[in-house]
Amino acid sequence: MSEILHLQSVSRNFSGLKALRDVSLSLSKGEVLGLIGPNGAGKTTLVNVVTGVTPASSGTVTFMGQDITRVKTYQSARLGLSRTFQVVQPFAELSALDNVAAAALFSQSGESIKSAREEARAHLAFVGLEAQSGKPAATLTLAMRKRLELAKALAMKPKLLFLDEVNAGLNSAEVERATRLIHELAESGITIVMIEHLMKVVLNVCTRIIVLHNGQLIADGAPRDVMKNPAVVEAYLGQQYAQRAGADG
Amino acid sequence: MRRSHLILLGLVVSVAALPTVGGAYALRLGTIACMYGALALSWNVVGGLAGYPSFATAAFFGFGAYTAGVLLGKGAPLLVSVFVAGAMSFVLACLLGAALLRLRGHYFAIASLSLIEVFRELVNNATDLTGGGMGLNIPLTSTAGVMADATFFFYLMWGLLVGTALMVATVEGSKLGFGLACIRQNETAADMIGLNTTVYKSVAFGLSACFVGAAGGVYAAWVHYIDPPDVFDILYSVKPIVMALIGGLGSPVGVLVGAFVYLGLEEVVWRNYIQVHSGVLGVLIVLLLLFLPHGLMSLRSRIVTWRPKRV
Repeated sequence: MSEILHLQSVSRNFSGLKALRDVSLSLSKGEVLGLIGPNGAGKTTLVNVVTGVTPASSGTVTFMGQDITRVKTYQSARLGLSRTFQVVQPFAELSALDNVAAAALFSQSGESIKSAREEARAHLAFVGLEAQSGKPAATLTLAMRKRLELAKALAMKPKLLFLDEVNAGLNSAEVERATRLIHELAESGITIVMIEHLMKVVLNVCTRIIVLHNGQLIADGAPRDVMKNPAVVEAYLGQQYAQRAGADG
Repeated sequence: MRRSHLILLGLVVSVAALPTVGGAYALRLGTIACMYGALALSWNVVGGLAGYPSFATAAFFGFGAYTAGVLLGKGAPLLVSVFVAGAMSFVLACLLGAALLRLRGHYFAIASLSLIEVFRELVNNATDLTGGGMGLNIPLTSTAGVMADATFFFYLMWGLLVGTALMVATVEGSKLGFGLACIRQNETAADMIGLNTTVYKSVAFGLSACFVGAAGGVYAAWVHYIDPPDVFDILYSVKPIVMALIGGLGSPVGVLVGAFVYLGLEEVVWRNYIQVHSGVLGVLIVLLLLFLPHGLMSLRSRIVTWRPKRV
């Protein structure tokens, strides 16, 4: 499989805080990568660095052979990098349809408002929001707005898609529905990086997991192996628990 | 073209009939109405559509007035001078916008406000070109007589209003208008979907300055004498915002209605309460905004949705 994304010793500092320390990572086309770690580990910062929201302090990011370390957000969006936000970011007053149409219109060249709306209809149908297409985004429920985020990301025809906690705050039926959608996306060949706290979803969907802790990459591998890794257990549950678990096992 | 745009153009066209009903006073009022309308509609592009509260209207009004005034003084034809004033305002605003529009909210408002001071000081100090604090005399463009002159300037200002209305209608229905709506509602998300927000905002700022500069040019030719405190008056920045708020932020029809209503209030209050006119006008504006926070346009939906109660 060919490489789609490569991070070479990427660091990001916020004044004194080192949010990412020397992270190197390679991602192949078609992978579904789970990005996990405790709160404040640097997961969202990693996504922000790749999408150009907060550029790396040092190191390089390569996307499909092109150096995108200093590329601006709107440019990376046009290259085929798209993301959903942990805190949903709809255009509140626009209809659900226009939210998705905007994503199609501004990320692709040669789109007209009319053709973008037509495409948007198909994406809304895919996430099951066709009945809501005329409603302002602000009036949708949280679960619907999360799916709207997904439809927006898809309308950008992404090659690499970052899903930042699409399941946070959803009930179990909604999570199941979202997981099915992610499965379908993965099968359609889009490379996915998902930040996720629900281990059930991670183990169900991901082909590989990386673990961040205090800005450092502490584990990388197949889901089952990573979950048994003592460093990961320690990061999540503390040193004492890890030692006891090690002694028991 | 949407229905609201037809209403907008209908409103603008009906103003053109004014000279047939009134004398010199009506013409003067009509000219000011067209000017206010053009300023308010222009402000709406950056303030209403893009959501950036700009106080730079007076800066570009004065810049346009001085550009046209200097050109007229050097013997350039009126229409050329006005066109150059508008074009230069557009270019200057696009360039300044690329820098200033990195600021958001209050910070942008203060920065745009400071433009007025900067421009005024520049004009004050470029004595050789602008006459500095002495002001600038502008040669008469015709000798056709007072009434013919007044009618001519009314139609010139009206033409600018038509141009502004057409520009606003075009922007609203275009990709630019769509993008500005996205920027107003969520700039982070707009960036993330591949929208080059800097370019969109700068063009919006340029378009909002273009017709303001041209209006300043026509104003200079109309009054024959300008000085810095007159054309760089901060009221030229504040009034369009008040008009837009009275009419209804973001809706061009509302903004234009707001401009006319504001002018009406201003005239009536000034005539009847000459001693305390600004005070009375201020109280009226506060009352209007208190009881109609979404402007006069919100009345329309209230009337439309009003239904008699059933027992």
